[in-house]
Amino acid sequence: MSEAGMVESLIYTKPGSLTPIGTHYCPGCTHGVAHRLVAEVLEEMGVREQTIGVAPVGCSVFAYNYFNTDFAEAAHGRAPAMATGIKRLNPGSIVFTYQGDGDLASIGAAEILHVAGRGENITVIFVNNAIYGMTGGQMAPTTLPGQRTTSSPLGRDVETQGFPFKMCEVLSQMDGSAYVVRRSLHDVANIRKAKKALRTAFEVQRAGLGFSMVELLSSCPTNWGISAPAALTWIEEHMIPAFPLGDYKVHPAAAALEKAGK
Amino acid sequence: MAKELLEGNVAFAEAAIRAGCEAYFGYPITPQTEALEHMSRRMPELGRVFVQAESEVAAINMVYGAASAGARVMSSSSSPGVSLMMEGLSYIAGSEVPAVLVDIMRGGPGLGNIAPSQGDYNQIVKGGGHGDYRPIVLAPATVQELIDLTVLAFDLAEKYRWIVIVLADGSLGQMMEPAEMPSMRPIARRPDWALTGAKGRKPNLISSIYIDPAKEEVFNYKLLDKMRRIEAEEIRLRETHTDDAEIGVVAFGTAGRIAQSAVKAAREEGIKVGLLRPISLYPYPYEAVRRLSQRVKSLLVVEMNRGQMIEDVRLATDGRVPIHFYGRMGGMVPMPDEVLEAIRRVHAGETVGLPGVLA
Repeated sequence: MSEAGMVESLIYTKPGSLTPIGTHYCPGCTHGVAHRLVAEVLEEMGVREQTIGVAPVGCSVFAYNYFNTDFAEAAHGRAPAMATGIKRLNPGSIVFTYQGDGDLASIGAAEILHVAGRGENITVIFVNNAIYGMTGGQMAPTTLPGQRTTSSPLGRDVETQGFPFKMCEVLSQMDGSAYVVRRSLHDVANIRKAKKALRTAFEVQRAGLGFSMVELLSSCPTNWGISAPAALTWIEEHMIPAFPLGDYKVHPAAAALEKAGK
Repeated sequence: MAKELLEGNVAFAEAAIRAGCEAYFGYPITPQTEALEHMSRRMPELGRVFVQAESEVAAINMVYGAASAGARVMSSSSSPGVSLMMEGLSYIAGSEVPAVLVDIMRGGPGLGNIAPSQGDYNQIVKGGGHGDYRPIVLAPATVQELIDLTVLAFDLAEKYRWIVIVLADGSLGQMMEPAEMPSMRPIARRPDWALTGAKGRKPNLISSIYIDPAKEEVFNYKLLDKMRRIEAEEIRLRETHTDDAEIGVVAFGTAGRIAQSAVKAAREEGIKVGLLRPISLYPYPYEAVRRLSQRVKSLLVVEMNRGQMIEDVRLATDGRVPIHFYGRMGGMVPMPDEVLEAIRRVHAGETVGLPGVLA
């Protein structure tokens, strides 16, 4: 084929809400997918310039490097409290926290409960990979019964180490919650559903309906000690049965937004 | 404005509002709860932010968020609650956002009691949470000073992008006395570094992370430079009767006020005694205490704790004069007569002090 016959057509670019740098995430980790989905939604809604993110402590501690928006870096578990302060002083802005399972369901359990209880008008992206990633694979509040981690080497023993925390189920009970759903990032069809849910969550915030959270079942091949494809299968076979996908709380006004295609 | 009869807790809360405080986040704890109650009523009627947080941990992190948004913001609490805030204070320091906190100290350790104490001196004055930083600490002795120093706290917090803690105790929080409120200031414009949404500008980041130790060291040098400026410019104190004094009393806050009565009574007995009352505890008035130690024969430190400030007095005096101590602990407040008796004993050449805390 002659050179003149080669026509390049760019069909896939980074959204403007992401910075043009590579991430520090491990190969096969779904944080990158989650970041991109959030960024695409912010871009499509045209709210990048009014968005303020709050990063957690954990693997996504450097999330602020990747989003082209204002950002704060919170103390471990305190992102919902910090986001409360930011949102109350900037009520017209879009404020989201991005938190892992240790951050949100363990050390930050009080803060997430109360931000939902207050119906704080923020959006929480909850990345649940059933393990502490950054510190090297310790047991998380969402670690499955029998799951081996570096701090549950014989597998999580529910007799002594308790049961996994199901945060969507818990937070759906709060009257301040307007939209609380669980999605998965293990295949394309589910990624698309996750994006749709993220859009609804941010629209719920824009409409001022109250607290919104999208839990994303995610992979951690590094600390699970399996390959990236096997990790996606593990989500499907082990995590989804323990953390069923679905809509746990959809306020009627939020359902109307969703139906309107927003 | 005319003087009114004001309760300390209500007075500092209202003073903060007059100083342009846009947001208050707190949690009920005796003996400062009246401040939270006052804010819960006043802030909404002014269209400002009040949130009763689920804990002091959350309250200080809400302060952190609001400060990151560039607003004048504060919290207040009492000793056990302030302990819970240490994590958040450290992050605030590490992010260089301005914040004001009022600590109405009570007896401890542990749950202790709700009586006035100065037991938080080390925790507050020596640096708060983890890492190399020291907040500015201001110690009022009257309700009027509590008002004035709260207003000053916002100005200093903004000037240095730093934490300013007003350190008072339960007696000052609970007492009523005549005082004058400042006039209402307008709400300040948000600074350029604030998180407001990156509209037409590059994104702002508020963070305390420097993952590269070399960069963290550079940042620590920056904080050190800031603290050196604070030490050079923000020392505050009151001296009374120290010109011809042979005995120098050093006491802050309520203990300073009680010592003032004792000094007056001792003067009436012909004892040449003066009082140095540090108002800024960080930066500490080392130079003034040093100069005092050059004039007097001995010093008497009076505190409502086991003598936590003695270390600073000792640093300032470098062993030049004997340092005596009179203190009450656990929420007990010394009477002026007790301090007067301590002054008499020092004057008579006796050694005054608690076992183990004598200079």
